[in-house]
Amino acid sequence: MTTETLTAPPHAAPGSARLIGATIVGLIAWFAVYWQLEPFSKWAVAQLPIAPGSHLEEAASFFIFDTPKVLMLLALVVFAMGMVRSFFSPERTRSFLAGKREGVGNVAAASLGIFTPFCSCSAVPLFVGFVSAGVPLGVTFSFLIASPMINEVALGLLLALVGWKVALTYLVFGLLVSIVAGWTIGRLHLEHWLEQWVLDVRSGSTDLPREHLTIADRIQAGIEAVRDIFGRVWVWIIVGIAAGAFIHGYVPAEMLAGIMGENHWWSVPAAVLVGIPIYSNAAGIIPVVEALLGKGAALGTALAFMMAVTALSAPEMIILRKVLTARLIAVFIGVVAAGIIAVGFLFNALFT
Amino acid sequence: MKNIKILGPGCKRCVATADMVQSQADRLGVPVTIEKVTDYAAIAGYGIVSTPGVVIDDKVVHAGGLPKSEDVAKWLAA
Repeated sequence: MTTETLTAPPHAAPGSARLIGATIVGLIAWFAVYWQLEPFSKWAVAQLPIAPGSHLEEAASFFIFDTPKVLMLLALVVFAMGMVRSFFSPERTRSFLAGKREGVGNVAAASLGIFTPFCSCSAVPLFVGFVSAGVPLGVTFSFLIASPMINEVALGLLLALVGWKVALTYLVFGLLVSIVAGWTIGRLHLEHWLEQWVLDVRSGSTDLPREHLTIADRIQAGIEAVRDIFGRVWVWIIVGIAAGAFIHGYVPAEMLAGIMGENHWWSVPAAVLVGIPIYSNAAGIIPVVEALLGKGAALGTALAFMMAVTALSAPEMIILRKVLTARLIAVFIGVVAAGIIAVGFLFNALFT
Repeated sequence: MKNIKILGPGCKRCVATADMVQSQADRLGVPVTIEKVTDYAAIAGYGIVSTPGVVIDDKVVHAGGLPKSEDVAKWLAA
C-alpha cells in the first residue's frame, strides 16, 4: 500500500464548485433570517394568550427569542470553527508539545486547547497519549483544562449574547487559569500519583498519512461539525435557555443581586462550588449567564460560575479516575477551583 | 484477508466506525476480520490520541472522528 493510494490528490470534482456556491447562498440566507428574528419573536409572543408584562410573558419572550438566536449563532460559529479545526488534530498538537519545556509548553498547550478538536470521550486516550509521548504532566493538564473551558462555542456565544468585552476577558482569564493551574500541577511533581499502568505505556509512533484537504473538504468538515455538535448539545441548549428564561421571568432581581452581587465576598467561592459538579457544556450555560447578568449578578461571579461548570464536572472526573489517582484528581480540582475563584475576585474588584 | 482493528473505548462513534467498515467491506467484497480494541494502554500503544482509530494490517490509517466512507473504501481497496 503506497501513500499515493491513501492520499489521492485533491479531487477537483465538479461537486466542489457547487458546494462552495451552496455555502455562500446558505450564509446569505442565514443573515437574512437572523435579522428577522427579533420582529418575528415579538410577533409570536403577541399571538400567545398571555397577559403582556406578566412574569410568564417575560419568560416566554426570552425563550422564544433566545432559542432560535442561540441555535443559529451556534450553527454559524461551529461551522466556521469546524473549518478552522480541520487544520489541527490532537496528534499534531501532541507532536508539537512533546519535549516542550514547562512554562512555554503550558502557554502553547492552553492556546492549542482552543483549536484542537476534543471530545470528552477521548479524554483518557488523549491524556495517556500525551503523557506517554513525553508531554510533561503539567502541560497536559493545561491542555485538559483549556480545551473544554475555552472553545469556539463558548467564545462565539459570549461574543454574540453578552458582548465582545466579556468574551475577550473570558478568553484571557480562561487561558491564564489553564496556564497557571497546569504549571502549578507540574511544579508539584505528582507523576507518581498517576495510575501505574499509565506510566508503563510506551507510546508507539504513527505517521498518519498526511491529508490533503481542499476548500470543499474543509466546508464538508464544517458541515460535519455542525451536525455532530448539534446532535450532542441541542438538548443542553434548550435546557439552558429554559433555565435562563425562568431566571429572566421569575427570579426577582433584588434577590439575585443580593446573592450574586458584589457585596458578598463569599458569592464567588459559592458560585464555583455550585458549578463544579454541574455538567453542561458552554452552549447550555451561556443563556443562564446571560440571564444572571441581566438580573444584576456581578460579572466576576457569573464568569467564575461559567468556568467552574465548563472546566470541571463530575462525569469528567469519573472518566479521568481511570488514569489519575483520587489524590491527583483532588489536587486538580483544588488548583483549578482556586484559580477560578481568584479570577472571580479579580474581576469583581476591577469592574465595580 | 485484511485484519482490521477499531481503536476506541466503546463510545457511540467507535461502534459506528466498526459498522461502517464492515458494510463497506461487504459492499466491496473484501474479506475482513474486525476486532475492537478497547484497552486504553493498547490504544495508546498505537500512538493515537483521539478515537476512534482505524488500523488495517497493523498500520494506523485514521484517528479521531468518523472516517469518510470514500476513505474507508480506499483503504479497503488498497
